[in-house]
Amino acid sequence: METLYSNLAIFVLALLVGVEVIGKIPSTLHTPMMSGSNAIHGVVIAGAVVTASLADSPTGYILTFIAGAFAAANVFGGYVVTDRILKMFTRPTPPKTVDTTTTEDAS
Amino acid sequence: MTGFQFLVGILYLLSASLFVVGLHMMRAPATARNGNRLSAVGMVIAVLATIVLALVVDGGEWIAWVALTAGVLVGAVFGVYRARTVKMTDVPQLVSVFNAVGGSAAAAIAFATFILATSADPLELTVSIPVVLDVLIGSITFSGSLIAAGKLQGIIPGNPVTFPGSRLLNALVAAIALGASVAAVMLPHNTLLLLVVLVTALILGILMVLAIGGADAPVVVSLLNALTGLAVAMAGFAIDNQALIIAGALVGAAGTILTLQMAQAMNRSVLSIIVGGFGTGETTATAGPAAEDLANVRSLTSDDVAIQLAYAQHVLIVPGYGLAAAQAQHEVAELAALLMAHNIDVKYAIHPVAGRMPGHMNVLLAEANVPYEQMLQLDEANAAFDNCDVALVIGANDVCNPDARKPGNAVSGMPILDADHAKAVVVIKRSMRPGYAGITNPLFTDPKTGMLFADAKKALKDITVAVKEYVSA
Repeated sequence: METLYSNLAIFVLALLVGVEVIGKIPSTLHTPMMSGSNAIHGVVIAGAVVTASLADSPTGYILTFIAGAFAAANVFGGYVVTDRILKMFTRPTPPKTVDTTTTEDAS
Repeated sequence: MTGFQFLVGILYLLSASLFVVGLHMMRAPATARNGNRLSAVGMVIAVLATIVLALVVDGGEWIAWVALTAGVLVGAVFGVYRARTVKMTDVPQLVSVFNAVGGSAAAAIAFATFILATSADPLELTVSIPVVLDVLIGSITFSGSLIAAGKLQGIIPGNPVTFPGSRLLNALVAAIALGASVAAVMLPHNTLLLLVVLVTALILGILMVLAIGGADAPVVVSLLNALTGLAVAMAGFAIDNQALIIAGALVGAAGTILTLQMAQAMNRSVLSIIVGGFGTGETTATAGPAAEDLANVRSLTSDDVAIQLAYAQHVLIVPGYGLAAAQAQHEVAELAALLMAHNIDVKYAIHPVAGRMPGHMNVLLAEANVPYEQMLQLDEANAAFDNCDVALVIGANDVCNPDARKPGNAVSGMPILDADHAKAVVVIKRSMRPGYAGITNPLFTDPKTGMLFADAKKALKDITVAVKEYVSA
């Protein structure tokens, strides 16, 4: 019961922190934020590690393999694609390729 | 708690803090990339600490470790390959696939916890409840996310798939899943019951997402993201692992907030989307506009548009789903760059649900080298429309329908872009077909609006050529 209580407390507080932090992210960044949080639930790979340490039957080994494969796809893929997206947001403003000497045409 | 476990706990705390700080840094484009990297460092710490703890405390069997290593290798190769090669227009599908694998990994962990405990003492409620919830949520997420990805990819029809009695079937399957869940918790160990939960939850995930319209995809993907987070948190409860609980809760909160924001921006309730049936954009759209509406439409050529743009000082581009569908983000960026080179102020007015997932349009424009400073969110954009000479609406419809300000129609109350506040409006659209809400848009028949009926990509190319000729003449 004590463990459950402290785990529940952690869960609820983390939910509140999540609401607080995510609520302030501008809609411009919602896609990378989503794929970034998507990568964070890849922490389930740590659960796969725990399962591996407990597995002692063929079913257990198979489930370990499945959990490991799926979790790894999630965590590796999630971080890589988020980084790819954010790289496009953080690159320096490209220099204006056309010079502005032709302003007399504009108006 | 031994001293060693305490140390691992501290490391979990550290990685959880890195997740939070990393997400916090995602609120500004300049720091976002480092935020994601910080979060990745937290991930490495959490996983390494878990590996060391598992080896020292439990040891485990070598076959299990081989199985894990093999699985991780396969998964990592697949994940990194897809992440590197995916097109930016296809990111929503990939996120959906990652939701699927994350949810199913959590379900597999819960299933293993249940099976491996059978040989030992009976499960306590504090374990069996999260195990069953995890299998339930994880399985729904798995099948639901795969269906969502299929819809986004176009493998599965985007319109809602319903059939006579489909709601009844949903209710029946849900009832069996719930009944089996309660039984699996209350009765002594019975793997068969958990299997029933697994299978019915998988079916439920398929049925639920099949019934949802493709246009609701932004909401569905966020919702499934939230569910995956919850499944991971439940796995954390089942194996008493705080890293999983914290990370799962963070993602659950993120997904829930986005789901609510998206539903609001689409003028829908989350419940009506899940229950399905309304997302029937395809069928209602065939109604077509009234004849007198068509008579009031002013049709433009690309040359007309080019002249209008070249004489403007402030231009706001409103990119919509049609732009993403035509993959015309590079063409629009080229046109904008050309106008800006001639001292015309060009910005993008981006509605929160433009694109196929929250914030998707921003990513597509970023891919086409548009600096984020030029992308205005709803509030900033609406402030800018009053001072705007030309609003160039590309493949967008409902998100700029002025009828949203009036009561009593399908878009009433929906937050919109005030394109009608601009001095002139140009709409590039393939036809007068109504958008997803299935109603006509008075913006198109407004006297100050001109329509250019064409595919977005081709139209933008033509306009760019015309502008070039015009300004160099």
